[in-house]
Amino acid sequence: MLKIPGEMVDAIVAHARADHPDEACGIIAGPAGSDTPTRLIPMTNAERSPTFYRFDSLEQLKLYREMDERDEEVIVVYHSHTATEAYPSRTDISYAGEPQAHYVLVSTREPATHEFRSYRIVDGVVTEEDVDILQREEAFR
Amino acid sequence: MSVTVSVPTILRPTTKGEKSLTAEGSTLAQLISDLDAQYSGLGDRLVKDGSLHRFVNIYVNDEDVRFTGGLDTALADGDQVTILPAVAGGAGPAS
Repeated sequence: MLKIPGEMVDAIVAHARADHPDEACGIIAGPAGSDTPTRLIPMTNAERSPTFYRFDSLEQLKLYREMDERDEEVIVVYHSHTATEAYPSRTDISYAGEPQAHYVLVSTREPATHEFRSYRIVDGVVTEEDVDILQREEAFR
Repeated sequence: MSVTVSVPTILRPTTKGEKSLTAEGSTLAQLISDLDAQYSGLGDRLVKDGSLHRFVNIYVNDEDVRFTGGLDTALADGDQVTILPAVAGGAGPAS
């Protein structure tokens, strides 16, 4: 299960809406081994495409070094699908390179509503998981 | 010509869990060949059909090797090579 603060869900959806119809992408980092998302970093989609995303490679290097220094790891990798459902595509599965991460997909195909779903993708196998959205008082309890 | 290589989580099953490796080579291609000799199967995760595999990013110091000559990128003693998973995907072409 992914446990995620409500503000982070709102921020991911806002990022996806802002970049629509191109796909938006980013990371939530957290303390290594904690499985707790604490720091959201929107990333540049170097492809600027409605059907593909790729982190800007130099921005990614800078972020990963920073995470190493702070003893953090990737807790969530998120991206949007802008015309299809929030389910991992074959491309998503082939690239999934963070076995410890939750892969969050947001669909912005409907203007008024969004889908927000989370998956594990390990060795090419997709497993959907529940998302527990923590309200502010729970997140800081 | 000794170079340190930082390995991401996803490749550590291939490197017996090691996060940081040392290898030799005056080009990236030679370095990868030495890495593969030390850790069998690692080469195939980095190179496909003679080019850098699309699923990984490799950096020499702070440069993405895709912009510095790919596998022909020259290495010097003390260089730091970083391997990261390419974080990419997307809905793909409409079918």
